[in-house]
Amino acid sequence: MTVFQPSDAAEAAEVVAWAAAEGQSLEIVAGGSKRGLGRPPRADHRLDVSRLAGIVDYDPAELILTARAATPMAEIEAELKAKRQMLAFEPPDWRGLMGGDGEPTLGGVLACNFAGPRRVRAGAARDYFLGFSAINGWGEVWKAGGKVVKNVTGYDMCKLQAGAHGTLSVLTEATLKVMPRPETACTILLEGMADEIAIPELLRALNTPYEVSAAAHLPASVARRSAVEGVAQGLGAVTALRLEGPAPSVAFRANAIESLLGHGLRLAAAETERLWAEIGQVRGLLPSGRQRVWRLCPTPTSAPVVSNALRAQFDSAEAFYDWGGGLIWLGLDADEAGPDGGASRVRAAMREAGGHSTLVVAPDDVRARTAVFEPLHGALAALMKRVKSGFDPRGVLNPGRMHEGQ
Amino acid sequence: MIAMPPADQAVLARRAEIVVALRRIVPGEGVIDAEHERRAFECDGLTAYRQLPMVVVLPETTAQVVEVLRYCSANNVKVVPRGAGTSLSGGALPLEDGVLLGLGKFNRILEIDIANRCVVVQPGVTNLGITHAVQAHGLYYAPDPSSQIACTIGGNVAENSGGVHCLKYGLTTNNVVGIEMVTMDGEAVRLGGKHFDASGYDLLGVMVGSEGMLGVVTEVTVRVLPTPPGARALMIGFPSVEGAGDCVAAVIGDGIIPGGMEIMDRLAIEAAEAFVHAGYPLDADALLIVELDGCEAEVDHLIAAVEAIAARHGATSCRASQSEEERLLFWAGRKAAFPAVGRISPDYYCMDGTIPRKRIGDVLLRMKQMEARYGLRAANVFHAGDGNLHPLILYDANKPGELERAEAFGSDILRLCVEVGGVLTGEHGVGVEKRDLMDTMFNEIDLNQQQRLKCAFDEKSLLNPGKVFPQLCRCAELGRMHVRAGQLSFPNLPRF
Repeated sequence: MTVFQPSDAAEAAEVVAWAAAEGQSLEIVAGGSKRGLGRPPRADHRLDVSRLAGIVDYDPAELILTARAATPMAEIEAELKAKRQMLAFEPPDWRGLMGGDGEPTLGGVLACNFAGPRRVRAGAARDYFLGFSAINGWGEVWKAGGKVVKNVTGYDMCKLQAGAHGTLSVLTEATLKVMPRPETACTILLEGMADEIAIPELLRALNTPYEVSAAAHLPASVARRSAVEGVAQGLGAVTALRLEGPAPSVAFRANAIESLLGHGLRLAAAETERLWAEIGQVRGLLPSGRQRVWRLCPTPTSAPVVSNALRAQFDSAEAFYDWGGGLIWLGLDADEAGPDGGASRVRAAMREAGGHSTLVVAPDDVRARTAVFEPLHGALAALMKRVKSGFDPRGVLNPGRMHEGQ
Repeated sequence: MIAMPPADQAVLARRAEIVVALRRIVPGEGVIDAEHERRAFECDGLTAYRQLPMVVVLPETTAQVVEVLRYCSANNVKVVPRGAGTSLSGGALPLEDGVLLGLGKFNRILEIDIANRCVVVQPGVTNLGITHAVQAHGLYYAPDPSSQIACTIGGNVAENSGGVHCLKYGLTTNNVVGIEMVTMDGEAVRLGGKHFDASGYDLLGVMVGSEGMLGVVTEVTVRVLPTPPGARALMIGFPSVEGAGDCVAAVIGDGIIPGGMEIMDRLAIEAAEAFVHAGYPLDADALLIVELDGCEAEVDHLIAAVEAIAARHGATSCRASQSEEERLLFWAGRKAAFPAVGRISPDYYCMDGTIPRKRIGDVLLRMKQMEARYGLRAANVFHAGDGNLHPLILYDANKPGELERAEAFGSDILRLCVEVGGVLTGEHGVGVEKRDLMDTMFNEIDLNQQQRLKCAFDEKSLLNPGKVFPQLCRCAELGRMHVRAGQLSFPNLPRF
């Protein structure tokens, strides 16, 4: 096992070309904060791209930011904040969840197609990914997309690269669309609703023209773990809706939402920021101890049915909802989850709902014998394999990270 | 003119047999054989290019699409998919030796799911048809290409269509959540759905904007949005296009993302005003239309903010719409800009590059110089928020050589867009039109990588060949490993 630390894209490409020629495989790492996501790496060597870092170009008026792959998210977010802008997809910080202390980087956020609570309104990393340079499995440097916000020249390779977990190409530089940071924000907290009531209410709120930018439901035991006082203090479940924008607009829309769903407690901007960061980070809201953590994406209206089915399967199940029910975070006691991390029973509970599930937190041995991502079948699985071969036919890049052979 | 791949004479020789085989799959009037009936399909919105298709097939079910593609794949017959045929880049230009697969009969809305804000439709439903189906529920489908009354959602998926609202609400790719598609070898697969994201590679993401070259879309699930309660528009005159461009930069720099933001140059203003009498300022060199949408409190707040910014940037006139009628009137000229230009010139050629917005002054100046060189005029309308430029080159196809000059002028404009850091196409697609300019943006390795993706979906290169890529795909060659001997250079490369 050799660790390669190239200083630029050309050197990194040389390493990949060498590995392809020698039949060697590479684990692609930068900050390493998300190394535990996906199936455990089984590569011969490590390609550490952390020296490919730094913002290359940031033009706030053009809504464009170009940075090398291993640029720390903290650096990007600080630059954006100074110009009152942001990444609209609100990439969450999963260091606590994954139990790593590495530095989250832009490349990792894109490779995992991250999205935080604003996903429900603004989309995921894929939706803001405009162009990139990368190294394919032959060791060739190639590029796609552009450095403007509107472009349909050629296939939209950004979509493929986002969420490919480094199995198609090694990202070296990326251009993103950035957006203005809202002037202010508030959160309306409604108390005491059962899941079956809360999810339809969240969806009703999302169907109003009041531009709800985040919609979560925390059952009572989850809400009590919150570090935000207004959330933890209540006696029961907490249903949270965020509104963002210019101050007069937020005030108007908050009143409109309350006249529809009833009066709630309001969190001001600073508390709002803490609550939604906490929801994105997940860890603090689920039980501590030996846990398996699942991330489920059902059709939103099916979410309460899914969690009822899960509670019927697992005494230890604790869940909360984001994205208006489109995202369920599920914590299971490790012993009760069993050797597959609970996969067969979790997926059975999801079957009727449509959607997909990912085992996010489990030890390597569990993730090695379980389909971490929703298994694919038939013609679709075959098509995915052919796509992989079109980028990395020898399986040099992050072999087996997503699925067997991918 | 750009040449299409030479016709396969062996396929043409089997034409009668192919028609019979297709009739067995799609009975009755679903197979169009007579020349005068095929004529209706000979071109799309890029009317300078025409080609009679070998045969036209109009299936009605996914099962028929599967069978047609299986047959064509097994018999090495090329296929060109087509929606409403409104492409401005020749994406649906037929092939002499190809089956034209029209999806027009897939025209049903299958499901309206209000709670999940999703609509499931067949690909031949029009863009505006989706909005009509949900507007009673206070919802709408956001991407709004100017052909929205006619263009189909299947075509929007193929082209990743935009529109005037896409800076704020995204392109097709940001609003389509699922599709059913059939690959060239006749396998139907579902990508995405009503849920967020999906397992595996984002094939949905790459299908959107693939210009009908990766698969035939047979069903589309879109996300619809709550209709904004109100909208107001500002009509702002500037003494120069640069001034208008600076104002746009300041609006965005101030944290405002308008629902729409459009610039027109003097020639476009004059043509539009003469056509629709919208009250456009004829003394201005540039007109900026800014639309703010949302709840009333937000719209009024932002109208005031943009008015103040405009005043600081040398606006010579500024009017805010006081009623819905007036807002629509402000837009009427912009929306009619293409036909308005059609009134002052026998023909026009619409271009579609994107540039970094800050280069607008520079680019328009160089376009003026090109006008002199080519002896042709160009009117400009410009999606200012996202830098998407639509120069309309005025020409007369009846004058020998003018079409060729217009095409050369257009190519020069697109090269200029790339030179200043932009791209060849913002929303119309590469198609046939810009195919041979792809190497101004991409090198051979970049294009090979795109083609390898094509090979994963369509190994025999039978689906819509001759579009987008200057070279036909050679999958066997591209798939071979070209690896050098296992020498690792860079002796200083740290390794542990």
